[in-house]
Amino acid sequence: MNLTLHVWRQKNPQSEGRFVTYQAKDIIPDMSFLEMLDVVNQELIMKGEEPIAFEHDCREGICGSCGMVINGYPHGGHRGTTACQLHMRHFKDGDTITIEPWRARAFPVMKDLIVDRSAFDRIIQAGGFISANTGVAQDANAILVPKQNADAAMDAAACIGCGACVAACPNASAMLFTAAKIAHLGLLPQGQPERYTRVVRMVEQMDKEGFGGCTNIGECAAACPKVIPLDVIARMNRDLLVAKIKGV
Amino acid sequence: MTTTDTRPTTTRPSTEYLDPKLNSRIPEGPIERKWERHKFEMKLVSPTNRRRYTIIVVGSGLAGASAAATLGEAGYNVKCYTYHDSPRRAHSIAAQGGINAAKNYRNDGDSVFRLFYDTVKGGDFRAREANVYRLAEVSMAIIDQCVAQGVPFAREYSGYLDNRSFGGAQVARTFYARGQTGQQLLLGAYQALSRQIGLGQVKMYSRTEMLDLVVIDGRARGIVTRDMVTGKIESHFADAVVLATGGYSNVFYLSTNAKACNATAIWRAHRRGAFFGNPCYTQIHPTCIPVSGDHQSKLTLMSESLRNDGRVWVPKTPGDKRAPSSIPEDERDYYLERRYPSYGNLAPRDIASRAAKQVCDEGRGVGPGGLGVYLDFSDAIKRLGKKVIEDRYGNLFEMYERITGENPYETPMRIYPAVHYTMGGLWVDYNLMSTIPGLFVVGEANFSDHGANRLGASALMQGLADGYFILPYTIADYLASTKLPKVDTTHLAFRETEAEAADRIKRLLNTKGTRTVDMFHRELGKIMWDYCGMARNEAGLKHALEMIPELRERFWREVKVPGEGNDINQELEKAGRVADFMELAELMCIDALHRDESCGGHFREEHQTEDGEAERDDENFSYVAAWEFTGLGTKPVLHKEPLIFEYVKPTVRSYK
Repeated sequence: MNLTLHVWRQKNPQSEGRFVTYQAKDIIPDMSFLEMLDVVNQELIMKGEEPIAFEHDCREGICGSCGMVINGYPHGGHRGTTACQLHMRHFKDGDTITIEPWRARAFPVMKDLIVDRSAFDRIIQAGGFISANTGVAQDANAILVPKQNADAAMDAAACIGCGACVAACPNASAMLFTAAKIAHLGLLPQGQPERYTRVVRMVEQMDKEGFGGCTNIGECAAACPKVIPLDVIARMNRDLLVAKIKGV
Repeated sequence: MTTTDTRPTTTRPSTEYLDPKLNSRIPEGPIERKWERHKFEMKLVSPTNRRRYTIIVVGSGLAGASAAATLGEAGYNVKCYTYHDSPRRAHSIAAQGGINAAKNYRNDGDSVFRLFYDTVKGGDFRAREANVYRLAEVSMAIIDQCVAQGVPFAREYSGYLDNRSFGGAQVARTFYARGQTGQQLLLGAYQALSRQIGLGQVKMYSRTEMLDLVVIDGRARGIVTRDMVTGKIESHFADAVVLATGGYSNVFYLSTNAKACNATAIWRAHRRGAFFGNPCYTQIHPTCIPVSGDHQSKLTLMSESLRNDGRVWVPKTPGDKRAPSSIPEDERDYYLERRYPSYGNLAPRDIASRAAKQVCDEGRGVGPGGLGVYLDFSDAIKRLGKKVIEDRYGNLFEMYERITGENPYETPMRIYPAVHYTMGGLWVDYNLMSTIPGLFVVGEANFSDHGANRLGASALMQGLADGYFILPYTIADYLASTKLPKVDTTHLAFRETEAEAADRIKRLLNTKGTRTVDMFHRELGKIMWDYCGMARNEAGLKHALEMIPELRERFWREVKVPGEGNDINQELEKAGRVADFMELAELMCIDALHRDESCGGHFREEHQTEDGEAERDDENFSYVAAWEFTGLGTKPVLHKEPLIFEYVKPTVRSYK
């Protein structure tokens, strides 16, 4: 099939970006979305032009590198699917596809579809961990974790840090990302000692990075390729409230 | 801790056969005491002195992140480097199935000795016993540590940890977090690392790629990097350098590795004097989604854990094109169950892969092009119900359906082997130090522990064992026992190495040829898959050894790298990596040609039994091949580290 692409091109953070139109020719339905872009890029290189810069690595939906807004939806809008796992069989011959980077003040565009997501790392550095130095641990089975808690912690821990939640949110809020880590660690007995300092520090850092606030729209959970449930945010707010009451 | 009383089957003369350049530094004493004793005998760096030492860790996957975090916790100055935007993206994240540990929580007869035994046997008796024993020994502490960090391992309703079985073992010793074990373990290490970054103990360099190693007075003293945003070439000095840069499966172009996985760090270190161990040992994983066309950019693995409940089969008759559901039971060949009744579908990876190739070569393969076999869950669904299967493998089934458009609950999966892991890597001694003093190599980047074939769920174990529990001890011994003169990046060696790196980049950009990097990479991959892949033979390898230098020469003459060197340039990044793959590929073929036997993942067609099993030659090849670089185009020098088996007697590896 043949497609028309409108792709955001931007040389660097300082320069102005713009949409450029490309034709994607002879695309096969079994190709992934990124393989379709590979085809376009190979052609651009052969023509002596710079290929479209986009981030990608594992191409199996787990590393969280890829991320682009496809026709207005982060990762293309298929439930539980990252851009790298989106396949061209979901498009039709003659379709026009618009491709843009994540848009958020805290995620400045670096080049074309690549944005700087290091704000996420700094949120984790502020407190998204359990302080257990190597060697301190007791026998693993000495800590019992009820299955339902372990499962709920795993649901939250599945976050791949791609940033689709921020891109989907009209406020560019990072609540789902931050709350997912807080829920993962807060649901486990090992995470209890630091539970309240963790939430305070991570939320402080999140605010400092320039992410917006949450107004309960729910676009983040709808866009999340790992289907992290929205209720992690309620849990984070509850922990934050308790932390305030406790004066943490 | 359970230890098994063991006595050596032979007495090992410790100095016999030693290559003067290859001292494995295996401690004396009975195997179950070696590590304990060595830990006591090694020198320590006192807590107050640690801040005086700077350690570079390249890579932030399981081995790199765990090492950087642990060294930071200990109080060293650590500098950690990754070419990703964040340390959380390393390819360890994609490991699905699990991590082994000899906990014996199932009370099914597991022990340190059994894990050690299974790993040595699984590696087809080509691994160093002492290293493997230590790996099995620290495996339990890894699980403890990960649980303390909050890794959400699967649990029973009682709250205790759950286990599953993996290939090559008859006990259930694999811990898992759904189908995302690698992700959860990596995030545990990433979080520990993040904590140290936040505390200022580790300085993190993201989007920074190592281009070369700097060696001063015979010791590793730093690295040269490229800032992938500004293109700046920079030097970084240290008292010791740790490479945790993963494997080199992408030499085949198509593999299950992430697109950016590359060999540049280890290859550059090899060129600077680090010997390369067993480069030809590559693992072909039996359960990957088959190639769908020429556009394919990478392959996707389906976890080995699926073989716990899935049954592998092909039609009995070649060319049978019927839909799987219309092939009656008695016309199906469940070839793994038939050939290996005691391990069945859980036969080790090399054996299962080869068996798949054999049935496809006989014309009994399924799917487009006949390169595929069925992995069928219908019996398991009948026996356990769809819900149980969904709980166990739901995310894997979804992933399969997303890629192929087929629903594995209704129609069997189609799978085919793909390159997945490289057992070879830089040669290291018992202390994980390469032949360049001060250069340590951990995780998949080194050659140790897995011999000629790695067992499932052992890569995560090895990466974390090296990073959390082994390297932090052995690196202290090096620092405490070595007098290191003060150097900084103004040293001539840094200037020279920087100039060489800059020159290479300039050459790549200025060639302005007619073919893209990917075209060359695909061409190289095809040579490697055809002649140095699942089956190898003398004529093919010799042919490849003629083709690779020719391709490399064409690459440097005809490659087309657009853009400039002073900003984000993904084609330039790829070009540098492919240039190094072109050199490594040649060494792999040289090694494969010289190893005139079949063992593990290295299958030489000349050496097989009548029913197609690998035939080892212990008399002539029971050694580690450690290659010394002597210049491009000149034959590398082979050094041999003899493998002496005191505890596990090499036998014909049978899973029948």
